[in-house]
Amino acid sequence: MTMRTMTDAGMDVTVKPELTLPVNSKRDHCLGPDDAPVTLLEYGDYECPFCGRAYVIIKRLQEYFGEQLRFAYRNFPLTQVHPNAQQAAEAAEAAGAQGMFWEMHDMLYENQDALDLPSLREYALVLELDMDRFDMEMMTQAHAQRVREDFMSGVRSGVNGTPTFYLNSLRFDGSWGGTRLMTTIEELIEGNGRRRNTPRRRRR
Amino acid sequence: MTIKPKEAQIASTSSAITQGRPGPDFCLKTTPDQVVTLREFRGRPVVLVFYPADFSPVCGDEMTLFNEVLPEFDRFNAQVLGISVDNVWCHLAFSKDRRLRFPLLSDFHPKGDIAYLYGVYRDEDGVAERALFVIDSKGIVHWSYISPIGVNPGANGVLAALESLSMGDEQYEEIKK
Repeated sequence: MTMRTMTDAGMDVTVKPELTLPVNSKRDHCLGPDDAPVTLLEYGDYECPFCGRAYVIIKRLQEYFGEQLRFAYRNFPLTQVHPNAQQAAEAAEAAGAQGMFWEMHDMLYENQDALDLPSLREYALVLELDMDRFDMEMMTQAHAQRVREDFMSGVRSGVNGTPTFYLNSLRFDGSWGGTRLMTTIEELIEGNGRRRNTPRRRRR
Repeated sequence: MTIKPKEAQIASTSSAITQGRPGPDFCLKTTPDQVVTLREFRGRPVVLVFYPADFSPVCGDEMTLFNEVLPEFDRFNAQVLGISVDNVWCHLAFSKDRRLRFPLLSDFHPKGDIAYLYGVYRDEDGVAERALFVIDSKGIVHWSYISPIGVNPGANGVLAALESLSMGDEQYEEIKK
């Protein structure tokens, strides 16, 4: 799907649901090799129940595809409906600053009903983070800018809710709850990262 | 009430008002005793967001997203208005639930009249399309887009349209000098 319109000024505004900020392991939290044929990027919100369900599915996909799949995660907190989403995202980034992003990420998704500040501190303690640094960064909102950058990159790439997935930079509009996501990744791997032009029969 | 021709059913995805044409004015209820007109926003861009129904079953729905991106629209001094055929009481409940910080307009009676005027009424199921309109400060449609009904269009198209609009305005000011 492509949005294409000509504006008054005769300017061509083309808006594709395509990633405007490519996944980069120097910037992004990634699991899996950089040269994996498929990169799955999620824009997620730690307080969103749908993301909580997707968390389990992603784990399975990672197990299934192994080194063939690189998974990346960016923050997309919907702060008006999820009052703790922003601080949870900042806590994940604060843990990330100490090399423990994924450990905190898992902790948050496994405890979605407790994302208040005292709980976040508890998780940081369990992960044996440097608490002075964690507290300081949370208090000064040291990672708010990064979370905002994630959020805006999502908005400009056509993120339309949480979770939103991108497969090799293209928004995945199918349902992620069933097998569609898995079969699409399979197809991408078989097609060496490019989507096939011709439809092929689905394996059952 | 306007009579809806049969063609609207077939060509529902290609009939949206396109750029360069004036956005039809409306006077719609936003609460039981308040109305909103398009005219009152002359002088600033308006983002009209037509959507099928309140309380979509996903938490990251279109209205929630636009609500979250509101500070970006503010940078362009743009007013966001949501429009569906739901009645004001439903809008109030939805708005409260999602903590929306922009008005929802009720295109309830005669049902879907404004959606129809904008060419985005779905006769087959009696709701508005997922359609976006960016209307400039003079009331002229600058950009419009209809998304497949099941796909939330996101906010990037609107932001790009507002950017091109503000750029156009600046160029316009330059020329006037």
